[in-house]
Amino acid sequence: MNQEKDQAFVKFRGIEKHFGDVVAVQKTDLEIPEGSLVTLLGPSGCGKTTLLRMLAGLEEPTRGDIFIKGKRINDTPIHKRNLGMIFQNYALFPHKTIFDNVAFGLKYRSASKLEMKKKVDKALETVRLPGVGNRMPSQLSGGQQQRIALARAIVIEPDVLLMDEPLSALDENLREDMRREIDNLQQQLGVTTIFVTHDQREALSMSDKVVVMKDGIVQQEGGPEEVYNHSTNHFVADFLGHSNFINAIVEDKTEKFTKVKLEDGSTCLAVPADEFNNGDKSEIVIRAQKINISYQKDYDKKEGMNFFSGKIMDRSYMGGEVSYFVELKSKQVLHVISFVKRSPYRRGEEVFLTVDPEHCGLLPV
Amino acid sequence: MKKIISGWSLIKIYTLLVYIWMFAPIVVVVVLAFNPQQFGTFPMEGFSFKWFVKLAHNSTILDAFKNSMVLGSLTAIFSTAIGVPAAMAFIRYDFKGKDFLNTLLIAPIMVPEVVLGVALLLFIRWLQQPKSFALLLIGHVVLTLPYVLLIVQARLVGIKKEYEEAALSLGASPFQTFREITFPLLAPAVFAGMLFAFTISFDDVTATLFWATAHNQTVPVQIFSMLRNSISPEINALGAVMIVLTISIPLFAGYISRKFAKGVDK
Repeated sequence: MNQEKDQAFVKFRGIEKHFGDVVAVQKTDLEIPEGSLVTLLGPSGCGKTTLLRMLAGLEEPTRGDIFIKGKRINDTPIHKRNLGMIFQNYALFPHKTIFDNVAFGLKYRSASKLEMKKKVDKALETVRLPGVGNRMPSQLSGGQQQRIALARAIVIEPDVLLMDEPLSALDENLREDMRREIDNLQQQLGVTTIFVTHDQREALSMSDKVVVMKDGIVQQEGGPEEVYNHSTNHFVADFLGHSNFINAIVEDKTEKFTKVKLEDGSTCLAVPADEFNNGDKSEIVIRAQKINISYQKDYDKKEGMNFFSGKIMDRSYMGGEVSYFVELKSKQVLHVISFVKRSPYRRGEEVFLTVDPEHCGLLPV
Repeated sequence: MKKIISGWSLIKIYTLLVYIWMFAPIVVVVVLAFNPQQFGTFPMEGFSFKWFVKLAHNSTILDAFKNSMVLGSLTAIFSTAIGVPAAMAFIRYDFKGKDFLNTLLIAPIMVPEVVLGVALLLFIRWLQQPKSFALLLIGHVVLTLPYVLLIVQARLVGIKKEYEEAALSLGASPFQTFREITFPLLAPAVFAGMLFAFTISFDDVTATLFWATAHNQTVPVQIFSMLRNSISPEINALGAVMIVLTISIPLFAGYISRKFAKGVDK
């Protein structure tokens, strides 16, 4: 028990939040190791922000406990929790200078004037905006304001850094820079960070751990590659990237691959999942990028490949890659994304699709 | 084409007439205040500050003026002292009966002042208390509170909750957050509300007629009783002073709040 507490820097135990009749967060257990960057990912209304706000102390959990460094903080008021919070709209105090904004948290931590100035200067340097102390927030651009907000949060050396969609208000091209900056800063400072976003690219690119949520329930948690490549349910597979789903029935379960029967009667091989038995209804999940497309049936000579033949219904050219929608004999349409090696396939052409069973996941229905 | 132009001209003339109808009496009062004759004739036979000087030596008026100033200031202070926390509660917190309570506090705007005047008077009778300055003050606070509440609430809605949440997360207690963040951002509205309360209190006749005793007459009530006896040009002078005060104070308030608001609004 003690060991467990030591490992989990932040811990939610049986946490629940109801707003009247609406359940925003259902019974959730979550552990966040020290120094890691964890993303809460999900569509709007999935409860990710509510979870963050409960940790911040801005919402009170209906049930359950929250621990930071092994200490239960349910009854600790927000201003005594020592957290750094970053908001979507920066929330810099508009009537205070940048210096006073960044120094705000230090005022309540009995720092001397000199020490305060030193720390503020250092924080401004860390976010690469030295010398803006005398300006007002409205004189800075959106990206700069968010960096000041970051400085304001890290200057108090918080136990946990909480970020609520910090990049959503920024321009597309600025977002990428800012994302990398936050990532670097987090690694440099080693501060435990919880990052809320609905953007899977943000989540996958910067997190040590991704927590995918939907309807107030954690769907899956794990490393970015794990949740992307080994999604454990339909929602996660669908939400992350572009996936194809084919209904199937488990026919023969072997050590390496499981043989499943598709709806149209043909068979297919997929990566086995232990929880299946012969005859179980299941769903094959295939990433759009993992499907090879070709004119020849024997394009991929490797043994034990899955084959489909179909006709290209639609395609959209996206520069480096092309998105095809291929209709199979069973009338199911598969989404294929492939790099452009030669001139792209055209609408109406008959093609063969090849997929390695390694890249076919099997999900329960 | 010609017809359209003449149509617009008609509207312009009509509008002008409405304005004249509205403002001519006020202009007449101000002009006559500088007329040295007892009875107003036109064109004026000279120009003098005679009535203003006489006014300045009229102790009844001076007392009433002092009363009005004290009453107006106290009303402004009490109304904001009650209105600001109330607005905070209504905008920032959820509690049972919130809408009902809010409507109740705004209601005095919708109730005819005569009704309000009589009602408070009857209430005081029922409590077997004499009419007093306190009664007058309470009445004026009731009258002006809705305005303070509405102005402060409107401003508070515009101040994002994130500012307060950011301050709290940085270690400021709720009170420190109010002092450091909410109040400074709210200040223009608080100031405007105060001046509104003062002006309304300073200007009120109907309800005050019911509540004022002989010792705490306000200026408008004094004018009213002066009119009952005779029409003295002093009233014109007094009217002119009142007009200047009641117009300049809200203008000043607007100017100040805009000046404060600079750099705050985004």
